[in-house]
Amino acid sequence: MPLDPVIQLHGAVALLGQFPVLAGVDLEVGDGERVLLRGPNGAGKTSLLRTCAGLIPVSSGSATVLGHDLRADRRSVRPLVGLMAHTTGLYDELTAADNVRFWAEACRVDPADAAGAMDRVGLATRLRTVPVNRLSTGQRRRVSLAAMIVRRPRLWLLDEPHAGLDTVGRDLVDRLIGDAAAAGATVLFASHDLERADAVADRTVSIVGGAVAEDTGPRPADRTGADDVA
Amino acid sequence: MWHDVWLVCRKDLRIEARTRVTLNHVAPFVLTVVMLFAFALDADTTLLRRATGGLFWVTVLFAANAIAQRSASVDRPDGLPDALRLSNLSPAGMFLGKTLSLFLQLTATELVLAVAMVLMYDVRLRGIALILASIPLGTLAIAAVGSVYGPLAAGLQGRESILPLLMLPALAPVLLAATNAFGVAFGTTVGPGWRWVVMLGMLGAIYVAAGTATSAALLEET
Repeated sequence: MPLDPVIQLHGAVALLGQFPVLAGVDLEVGDGERVLLRGPNGAGKTSLLRTCAGLIPVSSGSATVLGHDLRADRRSVRPLVGLMAHTTGLYDELTAADNVRFWAEACRVDPADAAGAMDRVGLATRLRTVPVNRLSTGQRRRVSLAAMIVRRPRLWLLDEPHAGLDTVGRDLVDRLIGDAAAAGATVLFASHDLERADAVADRTVSIVGGAVAEDTGPRPADRTGADDVA
Repeated sequence: MWHDVWLVCRKDLRIEARTRVTLNHVAPFVLTVVMLFAFALDADTTLLRRATGGLFWVTVLFAANAIAQRSASVDRPDGLPDALRLSNLSPAGMFLGKTLSLFLQLTATELVLAVAMVLMYDVRLRGIALILASIPLGTLAIAAVGSVYGPLAAGLQGRESILPLLMLPALAPVLLAATNAFGVAFGTTVGPGWRWVVMLGMLGAIYVAAGTATSAALLEET
């Protein structure tokens, strides 16, 4: 069992309407871990990520993320996590730079850090002044990543982070995940690109029917750390 | 919180500057309405003059409906509601920022509308102070209501017809007070005009307070 758990879910049930999207999840994720969520479509991976972000209420069981009890106050954890979902969370009419600066300021971060975040995701300078609705899907994903990185989240929640990206972009995502873990952040991500995701993760958790079906546990020490990523 | 107010307002105004929806769609709309009323009532300029206050504020309400709908819709696509919930922005700051941006866009629209009405309706202004006091107060009340109901309707099917059904009844007291204040200012109605201005101020304060108090729930539910 990991020390200093960042995520502690015990019998966590989350409902959307009457439907249980999480049906008694037991999961502990430790500080600095990179955990891959795998499972078929509709298994509950996205719901688990959104629950950890404090976006879906936990109706029974216990759920603590970054020390915040999600059943008591799920809003307080939100500023501490970064969620990259299927959607980009960007304003189409604003430029890439405007978007990253806006989300930096919205998260009480110096907007001057936006340029550094865009550098890290390899967003070309000429693209930064282009409205987001004129960018390609891959470029939008990069801007979305920059908007997440700039908030310096302690917990990264990534839903299909490789989707819509070319090989260079996927390598970039892997590198960012490794860097985040090396810097002390915890990463929980769902991916169908299993070969690539498995190489990045310290641990794999299978989700089936809204519950944990299998947990590989931490990998041997030689596979952990930031130096084994692309 | 004021940081959040300004940040959200600046973002909305920047989007408006890029898309020019108010400039290209709402301003021509209000000018068309002014012209249509002039065509409909031009045989009787006295009637047109007497009705100017009401026509002004009815047109402002229709314009506010369009601007509020647009203002709410920019925060809807591509996961933006979740991104806003995950930010450090305070719900009250977001609400007040939206209200401020709506207020500024509506004020610009009212300026266009007022100039057009003065030119086309041969309006004689007597109580300019009454007008200058009632416009910002009435606009604030309208902007606050638009910032509450705009996001609420934006997530619903048939939002185009639902928003006016929600907004317009709530704004009926504003229409009444503002039209009467204008009537006194134009000399078409007699009575204590400043009482209507006080009523507008109270309505504005109530709507802003109610919007601020419900902003957290509004953010979660929309």
